[in-house]
Amino acid sequence: MALENMGYLTLEELKAQTVYPTEERFRKGPVAVIECTHEIPCNPCEGSCKFGAIKIGDPITNLPGLVEANCIGCGICVAQCPGLAIFIVDKTYSDTQGTVSFPYEYNPVPEVGQEVDAVDRSGKVVCRGTVVKVQNPKSYDRTPVVTVAVDLDQVETVRSMKRL
Amino acid sequence: MAWESGVQFMIKKEVVVIGGGPSGMAAAIEAAKRGAEVLVIDANEKAGGQLFKQIHKFFGSSEHGAGVRGIDIGRDLLKEAEELGVEVWLNSVAIGLFAEKQIAVETGTDDAEKIVRVVEGEKIVIACGASENVVRFQGWTLPGIMGAGAAQTMINANRVLPGKKILMVGSGNVGLIVSYQLMQAGADVVALVEAAPNIGGYVVHASKIARAGVPIYTRHTVLEARGEGRVKEAVICEVDGKWQPVPGTEKVIEVDAIAIAAGLKPLAELAIMNGCKTKFDPILGGWAPLHDENMESSCSGIYVVGDVTGVEEANTALEEGRLAGVAIAAALGKITAEEAETEKKKIWDRLDGLRSGPHGEARMKAKDRQLADFRQLSAAEI
Repeated sequence: MALENMGYLTLEELKAQTVYPTEERFRKGPVAVIECTHEIPCNPCEGSCKFGAIKIGDPITNLPGLVEANCIGCGICVAQCPGLAIFIVDKTYSDTQGTVSFPYEYNPVPEVGQEVDAVDRSGKVVCRGTVVKVQNPKSYDRTPVVTVAVDLDQVETVRSMKRL
Repeated sequence: MAWESGVQFMIKKEVVVIGGGPSGMAAAIEAAKRGAEVLVIDANEKAGGQLFKQIHKFFGSSEHGAGVRGIDIGRDLLKEAEELGVEVWLNSVAIGLFAEKQIAVETGTDDAEKIVRVVEGEKIVIACGASENVVRFQGWTLPGIMGAGAAQTMINANRVLPGKKILMVGSGNVGLIVSYQLMQAGADVVALVEAAPNIGGYVVHASKIARAGVPIYTRHTVLEARGEGRVKEAVICEVDGKWQPVPGTEKVIEVDAIAIAAGLKPLAELAIMNGCKTKFDPILGGWAPLHDENMESSCSGIYVVGDVTGVEEANTALEEGRLAGVAIAAALGKITAEEAETEKKKIWDRLDGLRSGPHGEARMKAKDRQLADFRQLSAAEI
């Protein structure tokens, strides 16, 4: 299996093992995609969400479950996850493009408008992307969140960008 | 210094903590908070142990500091200890632990200026942590080849890049996290090899480096390091089910550093020197002193906390230190037994939480075995 010997899951495996947003929810706007598949004792994401859209409960090793109806895609959880395993995907950005927001703890941080190489879960460059937002407020505690616009058919594939 | 023998006798403290990492500082703080007079001895120029190298956000419960970076936990610990009046001797090595709970401490960085003091503690906490295991292969002594912990010290404590093209050996959490941090520091991790069929550490750590483009080779090992004066190439190859290299699968990778993350073993020498009963447990990293629910070893008044009593993580080390600190405060009569029990129960609940889940199961069982072995020991002695 990819997870245990490559370090990442395929999209199909992720859909099977996590609470993945439905296509109906994707059509409504930005939503959190929680790619946390290992039952480790960790729950900052649950507490970070003011909308009750992430449920872990007791025991603390439960996988985080997305309550998609409550999620507004604000992205607060992205920087709070110590495992950097949460992403915001927006399939409604434009008719042809969607966006992916991901944690990016490398220097230099890209600038809005910059063209970057978008990579998939394995680090492979899959397409070009345009940085449309960079958030790095104090509350994110030095975990900048970068939002990249890519072609719609790539939003479920792209999970980061090649380091600059 | 003006002592004739160069040795100063006899300083007495209620509590002496050997090692100012997360477990030692936590023990010092909990004891000092309840009125104990505490001295911490630390070998480095700054206390805090590994915390100041841990620039990542910690896992755990959000009620207890999860999501906070190790460096920030370290900063807060040192501040709290200072406010509580904990005395800290830096650049100080405990070179011996003798009967009557006397510790010989050598202080100084310059051999000519070093002084030795003997400190007596009513209660002693051994919190010296763990040391890195090595992997031996052809050329392993070439400059540029180091422990992953050393590489992490270079980048995060000293801000020096050990190389630009690094091979990481080992996929436990140390190997995965240090790979990530090497990239954050500006290096490329050209490959990570793991002899086992599966990645050892948390998958979320592996996923971070996978999407940063690090090729992860499971069932692979490093055969040879080549270079003159410095490592220039690494030869890696596949291993079979019996951990033997598979001929014909060799790959040569251009590198300028190799970092080895092959696990850690408890630094149990002081405890052993003092006669604390130990047991070998591979899950805990090797020989580790046994202890009771108060973290007290088989030697009365000597407590063992953190990696020294089984290699785990900073957050479990913190809780073990807190347990010992509370137990010591009670033993010294600073708080009642009832007060201590209430506090210790809360700490044990948190420890159980941190060791829960499939990834904590082996450690939880190993720590349970350790406690059971201790109880057997006590029963046998009675």
